[in-house]
Amino acid sequence: MAAVIELKNVRKSFGDLEVLKGIDLKVENGEVLSVIGASGSGKSTMLYCINGLEPIQDGTITVEGTVVNDKSTNLNKLRQKIGMVFQQWNSFPHLTALENVALAPRVVKGLSRSAAKEIAAKQLAHVGIGDKLDVYPGALSGGQQQRLAIARALAMEPSYMLFDEATSALDPELVGEVLDTMRMLASEGMTMIVVTHEMGFARDVSDKVAFFHEGKVEETGPAKAVLSAPKSGHLQKFLAKVH
Amino acid sequence: MDPAGNAFTDLSWVDLLFLGEAAIRTLQISAVSIFVGTVLGIILGWMLAAGNIVVRLLVNSLLDVFRSVPLIIQLILFDSFVSIAGFPMPAFWSGTIVLSVYTAALVAMVARAGIEAVEPGLRRAARSLGMGYWQDMRYVVWPVGIRAVFPSWIGVALSVLKDSALVSAIGYIELLRASQILTTKTQESFKIMLLVGLFYFLMSYPISKAGDFIEKKWQQ
Ligand SMILES: Nc1ncnc2c1ncn2[C@@H]1O[C@H](COP(=O)(O)OP(=O)(O)O)[C@@H](O)[C@H]1O
Ligand SMILES: [Mg+2]
Repeated sequence: MAAVIELKNVRKSFGDLEVLKGIDLKVENGEVLSVIGASGSGKSTMLYCINGLEPIQDGTITVEGTVVNDKSTNLNKLRQKIGMVFQQWNSFPHLTALENVALAPRVVKGLSRSAAKEIAAKQLAHVGIGDKLDVYPGALSGGQQQRLAIARALAMEPSYMLFDEATSALDPELVGEVLDTMRMLASEGMTMIVVTHEMGFARDVSDKVAFFHEGKVEETGPAKAVLSAPKSGHLQKFLAKVH
Repeated sequence: MDPAGNAFTDLSWVDLLFLGEAAIRTLQISAVSIFVGTVLGIILGWMLAAGNIVVRLLVNSLLDVFRSVPLIIQLILFDSFVSIAGFPMPAFWSGTIVLSVYTAALVAMVARAGIEAVEPGLRRAARSLGMGYWQDMRYVVWPVGIRAVFPSWIGVALSVLKDSALVSAIGYIELLRASQILTTKTQESFKIMLLVGLFYFLMSYPISKAGDFIEKKWQQ
């Protein structure tokens, strides 16, 4: 099967600091890839490169055959296909939950207000906060805000979802509801790249795992195999620490 | 009720009308300057927040000039300059131009602070949804930023309203100048100043109340 997201020898620097040092990764349609690794190893940066929020210096990133780092690529159009969920949920504070989700369908896709609201209500119900339509984000719990962020991304009907430590900023008791939502998406067949410190999620939900170490993919393979029998010494140490 | 009642017997209706007209002129020159200065200031503030180092340096030094030279001197300098240069203009226009630029210099700082108050994460989220740069500006940066700095902008508007009194220095007959003329004529300086103070208050108070109201509305 052809990869729908593919990174080939991707290099990325911030000034003199090289953060990605030749990343190769493939994600196939319907696959869930978990990306694990120590803080600062370049996981977030890689996600930002995949939807073109950060430019790369070398290599190629293709999404559905479109070269992300090609100057002629319409990134705004490409990003409609790639939903992204952040560690800090980044809900728009001046809009209600419904408006948060309806905004992009309306202004980016050009849907009418009522059509956008209909989609928004549907997605909010989908992630289990259909009773919070008129609530402002400030009045929602962290877990609810993160589910709002997921609904906001889903409302654009993306083919792919990128999760950047979606549960890391949450109080422990709220982690479960967000992980459940992500699990639900995976079971619906969504293609996902999930940066996470939740090893349980990585093992049970993802098809593949990639371990980042200092800007490189040090080990990758089927999730259960890699996590139960890590070969790299760095990964063994990393797993010992997070457990 | 007769507003010129017992306390103001020495001031005629004509005098009061004269003051009232001057108050309207103060409002006019302030309103135009605040409007033009705000539009200009937002553009400059955006250049400060989003421009490269050269743009920022240029705009900042330019604004430093307008922020550090006292307004009254800017007014007199500009007014004399246009006369000497052979384009004399009515005091209303030279006053409005100088007051607008002065307002723009103040608003630029407010606008920059507003843009910078918007968390980068919010903007990344907007862009990740497929919004373009200007959509992010319009639907995220503007509404979030304006809520953060609206009180400062109201402050600028109120101070421009008061500072418009300095346009009297180039002969524009606004509220302060009108009161000076009346004082010379009637020798009723205390009563006149009391009235003028009341006029300024009546103009400022609704603005600050409206500001409070809008702020409350946003604070839910
Ligand atoms: N915008 C930026 N400017 C400069 N350095 C950055 C920027 N973003 C990330 N970095 C640096 O890049 C490295 C990788 O960061 P990141 O991708 O956030 O790692 P991770 O998500 O794995 O914790 C870190 O050293 C970080 O300090
Ligand atoms: Mg990170």
